[in-house]
Amino acid sequence: MKQIAVISGKGGTGKTVVTGSLAALAKNKIMVDCDVDAADLHLLLHPDIRERHEFRSGQTAVIDKGLCKKCGKCISVCRFGAIRADCTVERFSCEGCVLCSHICPYGAIRMEENIAGEWFVSDTKYGLFVHAKLGIAEENSGKLVAKIKQVAKELAEKQALDHIIIDGPPGIGCPVIASLSGVDCALIVTEPTLSGLHDAQRVIGVAKHFNIPVKLAVNKYDLNPVMTERIETFCRENDIPVIGKIPFDKAVVKALVEGKTIVEYAQCAAGAQVRKIWEAIK
Amino acid sequence: MPSINMIISIASGKGGTGKTTVAVNLALSLKNIQFLDCDVEEPNAHLFLKPRIKEKAKAYISVPEVDEGKCTYCGRCREVCAYHAIAVLPGSEGKKGSVLIFPHLCHGCGACSILCPQGAIKEINKEIGIIEIGEKGDMRFVHGRLNIGEAMSPPLIRQVKKYIDPTKTVIIDAPPGTSCPVITAVKGSDFCVLVTEPTPFGLNDLILTVEVLRKLHIPFGVVINRADIGDGKVEDYCSKENIPVLMRIPFSKKIAVSYSEGIPIVEKDVFYQDKFINLYIHICGVMNEANSRN
Repeated sequence: MKQIAVISGKGGTGKTVVTGSLAALAKNKIMVDCDVDAADLHLLLHPDIRERHEFRSGQTAVIDKGLCKKCGKCISVCRFGAIRADCTVERFSCEGCVLCSHICPYGAIRMEENIAGEWFVSDTKYGLFVHAKLGIAEENSGKLVAKIKQVAKELAEKQALDHIIIDGPPGIGCPVIASLSGVDCALIVTEPTLSGLHDAQRVIGVAKHFNIPVKLAVNKYDLNPVMTERIETFCRENDIPVIGKIPFDKAVVKALVEGKTIVEYAQCAAGAQVRKIWEAIK
Repeated sequence: MPSINMIISIASGKGGTGKTTVAVNLALSLKNIQFLDCDVEEPNAHLFLKPRIKEKAKAYISVPEVDEGKCTYCGRCREVCAYHAIAVLPGSEGKKGSVLIFPHLCHGCGACSILCPQGAIKEINKEIGIIEIGEKGDMRFVHGRLNIGEAMSPPLIRQVKKYIDPTKTVIIDAPPGTSCPVITAVKGSDFCVLVTEPTPFGLNDLILTVEVLRKLHIPFGVVINRADIGDGKVEDYCSKENIPVLMRIPFSKKIAVSYSEGIPIVEKDVFYQDKFINLYIHICGVMNEANSRN
């Protein structure tokens, strides 16, 4: 079984469009949307939710007004600025470290477990799909990513599937690291812009830091051929195979608006490149 | 125009919708600006602004270090650590115990050092990234760069925001998404500009971000980028939800190419400068309306 994560560093380079097409091309596989704070892959896969689970993670301090003597000890120890001058908790700043609760001389602070989101196992016309929704303004997205990846892995093993295909989040921080953990290959989707190159270099650095093999595809490569050349040179110098160059194609946006993957939407040039990418990565 | 100096953050939910384009061009069109790039995982604004960096400061979080001479291996630190960043192996049969620390899990809350009964834990600095401070003309510039392999960006974002200068109009370029990094970046803003695109992905992520801002009670408006591609559902949503659309930027190959080269469009074409000044006037209008309601 092979795990492939699609990441990009920079957002909006076409990760989900590419992942959606891989879903349509790959045979014996399970899909996972690890961009849990702005999940979009369901808009292409149209899941029928089979299972729905609460994701409990982290805690938030709650101060009992009756017991609180407003001594301010909690305010002085909190490093997240989560307790206001009137000894009330600013929920979105609290990181659930529990220190205030230990330090309060009056036992006025208790911790409440957060329901930080939901995760789902769904059927789609392309096969099984594990996805999630982080609660509004909740944290611990890295843990939710780790959870749904583990669920997908168990399902893949049970059903002897060949591939786990992961749609990753942008950036280089905790949910990206959680998405990359244990994968066999990271597919970097970038675009021929200075930002695209800069951000791809940083996320490639993260993948290499965790010893994960990297392949790269350039989306909308013809928007700036000079910059595409710079990306290819960088890849050559760093032994990163460039396995596809997807042309800018208005059919991509049209497919998106209709909620379809590009390989099934039309015989377009972009679709042909995504087929090539799948052949090189499977 | 109001004389107050606002903090305006630029956010999006979905990545790649044009946050940095809007933030950079807005900043270049106004005066007395301080620019904070809070997308510390993938900072890009410097590629466009090319600021002269005058000062660099390493950013740290504090992680525990145990003085094994004082430690009795009682396990209190492990017990109080909510992030499972400490493991304690008690000594047995005359052998010394040991304490294992996993710095990448540590949030730097200080619980272990404050609550250790033996006073055996002190906190040491662990570098997580760098903050660079500079200027571009009369614009002040600050950004943070998270080190590769580092998982937690909020502590670095908080440290970048410590540089906020209340005598200036502050523009914050926020990271994508809807969770802790974005919340840390936009918290305390007077106004938030949400940049989106008229596609199902753009709309889906816009709705999530709107819910976040409503929870945080930050007034906001929307900029629709590449407004003439895709469909009309973002417009429908905004009008249904009474969300002001502050600006519509049509798809233009000129903007796309200029972006790809790292050149702000207002520097190529002054026509756009008026557009971004109008965006600012629009923001002030929405703010005044919100204030007069309260």
